[in-house]
Amino acid sequence: MSNFAYLAVLAFCFIGTLWLEFVFRTHVYRRMLRLLLTLVPVVIIFCLWDLYAIGAGHWTFDLSQVTGLFVVGNLPLDEVLFFIVIPCCAILTLEAVRAVRGWPVGDGLPDPPAGGSS
Amino acid sequence: MTYTQLAVLGVLAVVAVDLVVLRTRLLTRRVFWVSYAIIVFFQLVSNAILTGLRIVRYNGDFIVGTSTPDVGPPPFLGDGRIAFAPFEDLLFGFALVLLTLSLWVFWGRVGIQRLPAAGPPRFLPPRNGDGEPSA
Repeated sequence: MSNFAYLAVLAFCFIGTLWLEFVFRTHVYRRMLRLLLTLVPVVIIFCLWDLYAIGAGHWTFDLSQVTGLFVVGNLPLDEVLFFIVIPCCAILTLEAVRAVRGWPVGDGLPDPPAGGSS
Repeated sequence: MTYTQLAVLGVLAVVAVDLVVLRTRLLTRRVFWVSYAIIVFFQLVSNAILTGLRIVRYNGDFIVGTSTPDVGPPPFLGDGRIAFAPFEDLLFGFALVLLTLSLWVFWGRVGIQRLPAAGPPRFLPPRNGDGEPSA
């Protein structure tokens, strides 16, 4: 097994949603401040959860399938990247759905006339 | 606390964030549920790889099902698992996604980088009066 197995899954998720930015014009990565302000609390909260779960023994990692790099304590780098990549995927999905349907999201933008919405 | 208990608490806490704390009310919006339906499908796929290959292994003391076996994948379905992963992961993922999207919407609502707005997609004609907004 490769030390990059976990990273490969994350790369699959990242690349699998990156095209939305260009084809759906989601403009998420062009709003980096808003993205960072969203990611920071999420990463902190879920890393704390992860650290507790690892400490309590809820789950373990196959050290032959993760990078072997740890951020704090027993928290693998792979897990921290997970809490960055997956939220990006979620935001891209939301913005792609909005781009197509024009449904209101509640973030203060005037609701656009729905493009192709029935 | 067990993973099961924490996952339920996590969902309840994030629901409170969306409805009461940040008042983004994504749970009441069609755009959220359609997005989540797409996200959860791909969560099941990628999480199936992480758990089926036993990259992440679970201790049966803290989940409804039993521990990830020492050899071979856990059950695909049953024993508290869905697509190899403990069903608790669905709660964990829901909390992760809802907290993320609630914060994203919240920052937009307080005026941080509403623009450039999303869309229109390349495969659809521009909307009425939809000049590319010059942030």
